[in-house]
Amino acid sequence: MIRPRRWLPTPVLSLLLLAVWLLLAHSIAPGQILLGGILAVVIPLVTYRFWDAPLRIHRPWLLLRFLIRVIGDIIVANFEVAYLIINFRRSMRPHFIEYPLMLEERFTITLLASTITLTPGTVSANLRMDGQSLLIHALDVDDPDALVAQIRQRYEQPLKEIYEC
Amino acid sequence: MTFIDTLAAILLIVGGAFAFTGSLGMVVLRDFYMRLHGPTKVTTLGIGCMLIASMLYFWRLDGVISIQEMLITLFLFITAPVSAHLLAKTGLHMRLKRADKTRGDPLELRQEEVGDKPVPHPDHSRS
Repeated sequence: MIRPRRWLPTPVLSLLLLAVWLLLAHSIAPGQILLGGILAVVIPLVTYRFWDAPLRIHRPWLLLRFLIRVIGDIIVANFEVAYLIINFRRSMRPHFIEYPLMLEERFTITLLASTITLTPGTVSANLRMDGQSLLIHALDVDDPDALVAQIRQRYEQPLKEIYEC
Repeated sequence: MTFIDTLAAILLIVGGAFAFTGSLGMVVLRDFYMRLHGPTKVTTLGIGCMLIASMLYFWRLDGVISIQEMLITLFLFITAPVSAHLLAKTGLHMRLKRADKTRGDPLELRQEEVGDKPVPHPDHSRS
């Protein structure tokens, strides 16, 4: 948890909030900057309890590559699932898979769970209380072990290298 | 009709088709968990296509690239997985019926996850 009682507990978050506010308002009039600035100070102060200490990004280039790969996979995922829905007469093989987590930080686990939900045929359904594994529902899967290996190699390994190593 | 207009129109149609397929999934898929796959994936691309179309159109109209569409996409990508995760979790808690073909053993929630056994808050168990 982040230490309370500081004016800017999360400077990066504050900057991000200000930037998003200005982009949403679509202007850089002084009034908007003032309003955005107030929000950028107040929102972190109200929500700091929810935030873990920010993690350092160790390898920014890998993060960029990861993002590009995920966006590509999202597009592929859309076509796959659309195909499955249209051919609904074909029998699907839904499968619940327990995915043992290698990641430890809650932030990176959140990223991984979101990535799994957005990418081909898988939805993350439940994170075990002990944070050791993630329950995944797959829409049409033949070999669950291969899926686990694929997620580990494609998403979890890069995330681990970017944030936790 | 310029090239950009045509492109925007095509994107609108493609986006509409994807959004429709996502909704169709609600009807044809057999159980709650499978139905989750439609709105989390297919609909995001559908809406993404429409937003790109909107960006292109207003870019041609005003000559400025508007960022708001990008923000909508970003918010959508952040929120869709979270709501899907919560829905799936609720489904597991309520022990909703699964399609008979569903395989995979570790389906049931453990005692502490159903609420039979009190659990310490994660923040307190972490040092």
